[in-house]
Amino acid sequence: MSKTEAFVKLPDRSPPGSSVGAIAWTRQNLFSSATNTLTTILFLYLFYLYLPSFLDWAIFSANISGSDRSICDANKAGACWTFIKVRFDQLLFGLYFAANPEQIWRPTAALSLFALILVPLVIEKTPHKKWLMLFLLTIYPIIFIVLVYGGFFGIPVSNTTQWGGFLLTFALAFVGIILALPLGILLALGRRSEMPIIRALSVTYIEFWRGTPLITILFMASVMLPLFFPSGVEFDKVVRAMIGITLFQSAYTAEAVRGGLQAIDKGQGEASMALGMGYWRRNIFIILPQALKISIPSIVNTFIALFKDTSLVSIIGLLDLLNMSQTASRSLDWNGYDIEGYLFAGFIFWIFCYGMSSYSQSLEKKLDTERRVE
Amino acid sequence: MQVLVLTLVSFFIFSIYQTTVSNLVERGIQTSTSFFDDVAPFKIGFSPFLNFELGKTTYIEVFYIGILNTLLIAILGIFASTVVGFIVGIVRLSPNWLASKCALIYIEIFRNVPLLLQIMFWNFAVFLATLPPPKKSIEFGYIFLNSRGLHTPIPFIEDKSSFNAWVFILLLGVIFCILLSRWAKKNFEQTGIKRPIFIYNLLILSSIGFLSYYLLGGPLEFDVPVLGKFNFKGGGQLPLPLFSLWFALTIYTSAFIAENVRAGISSVSKGQIEAAKSIGLNRSQMINMIIIPQAMRVIIPPTISQFLNLTKNSSLAVAVGYEEIVAVWAGISLNQTGQALIIIAMTIIVYECMSLFTSFILNMYNRKVQITER
Amino acid sequence: MTQTTKAKKVNLDTNPPIIKIDKLNKWFGKFHVLKDIDLQVNKTEKIVICGPSGSGKSTLIRCINRLEVHQEGSIVVDGTELTDDVKQINEIRSDVGMVFQHFNLFPHLTVLENCTLAPIWVRKKSKMEADELAMDLLTKVRIPDQAKKYPGQLSGGQQQRVAIARALCMQPRVMLFDEPTSALDPEMIKEVLETMIELAESGMTMLVVTHEMGFANKVADRVIFMDEGQIVEQNDPKNFFNNPKSDRTKLFLSQILNH
Repeated sequence: MSKTEAFVKLPDRSPPGSSVGAIAWTRQNLFSSATNTLTTILFLYLFYLYLPSFLDWAIFSANISGSDRSICDANKAGACWTFIKVRFDQLLFGLYFAANPEQIWRPTAALSLFALILVPLVIEKTPHKKWLMLFLLTIYPIIFIVLVYGGFFGIPVSNTTQWGGFLLTFALAFVGIILALPLGILLALGRRSEMPIIRALSVTYIEFWRGTPLITILFMASVMLPLFFPSGVEFDKVVRAMIGITLFQSAYTAEAVRGGLQAIDKGQGEASMALGMGYWRRNIFIILPQALKISIPSIVNTFIALFKDTSLVSIIGLLDLLNMSQTASRSLDWNGYDIEGYLFAGFIFWIFCYGMSSYSQSLEKKLDTERRVE
Repeated sequence: MQVLVLTLVSFFIFSIYQTTVSNLVERGIQTSTSFFDDVAPFKIGFSPFLNFELGKTTYIEVFYIGILNTLLIAILGIFASTVVGFIVGIVRLSPNWLASKCALIYIEIFRNVPLLLQIMFWNFAVFLATLPPPKKSIEFGYIFLNSRGLHTPIPFIEDKSSFNAWVFILLLGVIFCILLSRWAKKNFEQTGIKRPIFIYNLLILSSIGFLSYYLLGGPLEFDVPVLGKFNFKGGGQLPLPLFSLWFALTIYTSAFIAENVRAGISSVSKGQIEAAKSIGLNRSQMINMIIIPQAMRVIIPPTISQFLNLTKNSSLAVAVGYEEIVAVWAGISLNQTGQALIIIAMTIIVYECMSLFTSFILNMYNRKVQITER
Repeated sequence: MTQTTKAKKVNLDTNPPIIKIDKLNKWFGKFHVLKDIDLQVNKTEKIVICGPSGSGKSTLIRCINRLEVHQEGSIVVDGTELTDDVKQINEIRSDVGMVFQHFNLFPHLTVLENCTLAPIWVRKKSKMEADELAMDLLTKVRIPDQAKKYPGQLSGGQQQRVAIARALCMQPRVMLFDEPTSALDPEMIKEVLETMIELAESGMTMLVVTHEMGFANKVADRVIFMDEGQIVEQNDPKNFFNNPKSDRTKLFLSQILNH
């Protein structure tokens, strides 16, 4: 072979000025063609029309000081956030806690504890997530009841009927998810079972609840539940709603878990069968942990739907966040400021739902790349 | 195992049945369908398909009115949310950064706030509070919007025989157009000559329609709403609750459909687009023959589910007083008669039928697509 | 030189090259992927382009039918310069066939429809004519019996042969192959390469990005080695494999041939 020469690398040049940088970005994304430019102008014009007046109403001219409606009545050009400020405790914790300010530490502590557990759960690198999760699903509810319901350690009782506002919304959604999860897992296993009767029962149950609107189920729970139980047994309205929500939610959870079960390789089940594991051991130790991990995004999605749907309890007269803000804005003190009430409630709902959906989307993306790498 | 579960379930259902029966006896409620033919002692304001007459209309007719009103809002909502959803979804993929981000904000705001809150917000805080009284209605030609609702002209048949003649001529035109399209398709396959046959058909049909309409002396008349003493009389009316419900359902559902549309179009891989370009297809050919057919397969199934969700969600009409099935049947009729068992069961059956119908359509579609796939 | 003016017919008297690339430069964002590429391809010439991944070889052939847009330099295909003019781009694309690594068949159309789509809509052929042509070419790639099936029902090798037939249905003057065998199992590589060899023997002008050195040795008139966005070396296969001039080529060949 003859002698070879060394490879001479040409120096990297930077691209011609027009293709990178802020100006290039603007040109490519906002003014790349005639239609594109026209679209940009149209949207800017719409912003110009509506944004300033909205911002002025919501922020610059808004009222926040004072403690009654006189200040808002004097300045109608701005939103009346004073209303939200004055009724804040009532909107968050309901009438009982708003009337007994010395007790407000109870729901505050319960909700703060929840947030404290949730934060490490969402952070990716936290160790022992499983145990934290287990704590949240089993021990935390007990703490919540002790704190909010009371009756122990000299804490005065506040009945579920006295719960309201965001506290009630939270309680309904939380009860819905922790009771529906085990039920949903059983139903999902039942739907994939090889025993025809069990499969048929599970399918019927799941499709029945999924086919009916929640509001009908809430009507049913509030009207018909008392008929189903012997006359001595009585539930209050909140517990009835909780039962209805749990039954409803378990069907949706079951479908989410089923999706995870379907995604698990058949080989996993066969391998563990070959090891001589029985049905329950196989499912509990091998299949379910993997399936649940995959189905977390869809479970979170059903939970978002549930969280929004808890607002339907206002139709059967419970004072959840939505109904509480509506009731407050219809009281004599604040009559006429219902837009502020709805916006506040909507904002709270939005923060939670958007947060959860962003989380589930990022989780989905992560699971997706993990599977591709494998 | 199966036998055990089956016995447990049947025992459970049986014991509930027994307690229910004894409870009903205890309360002196006789469950029977005899109330169907009783006259309903309440007024239904909106019944465009069946004539409502106070003191004459029976409960079973109220049930039918409820179903028809549910179907009406479902059809209105499905139509509008599909149109809006597709527009927003396509804007979401616009090369214009500003437009795309605005569509994203639309989607994220409206799907993460409870529908009930949105319905109440639009109805109570926006439309009822800001729309003018009938005398100062907002006018779009012959369409009037005010705090009572939306009033539009509706066509009615003036002369039956000339109307029939008109329909007949139109039908002939349609048949001619179908024949023309067939011929054009055959001719295209043989010679490769492509004609803008859709535009031809449109021109032919519209000219036939207009010409014969005037030659026959205008067989249709329009009933235009006229301002009376308190409100508009005549014409078609969408009462405000229906209008608000329609508005809110459209916005809420369109956010979900837009997300489906975005996901569907993005699911068409870059390779498909490159392949289409590499064989020389131009932009519109690529969109019509490669992107849309593939995107539609991804878009259609979840969108059909959204249609079912919309129909179930229309039950939230209770909150604003639109008279669909849950409001007039599971609400007022139940309160009046106390026949909880029958009424709730019938309501649930109505929804189960709709959901069975939807899954039937979905299965049919999936089977059709599967044949062409593998 | 960038020439964004109207297309001009470049006329060379003697045997004009079908593709002429001058001082081509391309960037992805700030990353300089192609540097000062000069390349001329004559009619019926078969060129194999090889090089490590990220060397810019795929980008180069994707520039030829404007799947990628270059920032500097000029590309002239069959006398027409590539500019932003959409009509010209579509004309050039219909004269330049391309075969992709991942086949990119249209899953919602049958094999036959995949092949006839462009002849009908771009070449304005009648359906019967297009069907006839497609069946003829499907016979050439030895899968006429699969015409009524959907791509999802075929093996990878069969799909790639359909993709070749689809490109040939446009009766192109040049065929570009972007790693046509990289996504295939070994036994399928053979059937696709055989089809490509037959095509080469029929006198088609071909630019092939591949690592199949056996194919290069057998078919290529010229082998081009690229690295870091540059053409490092080009030669006829015999000299290229036996007497590489650059030590970079030598290193690459030793890596690719010794495993």
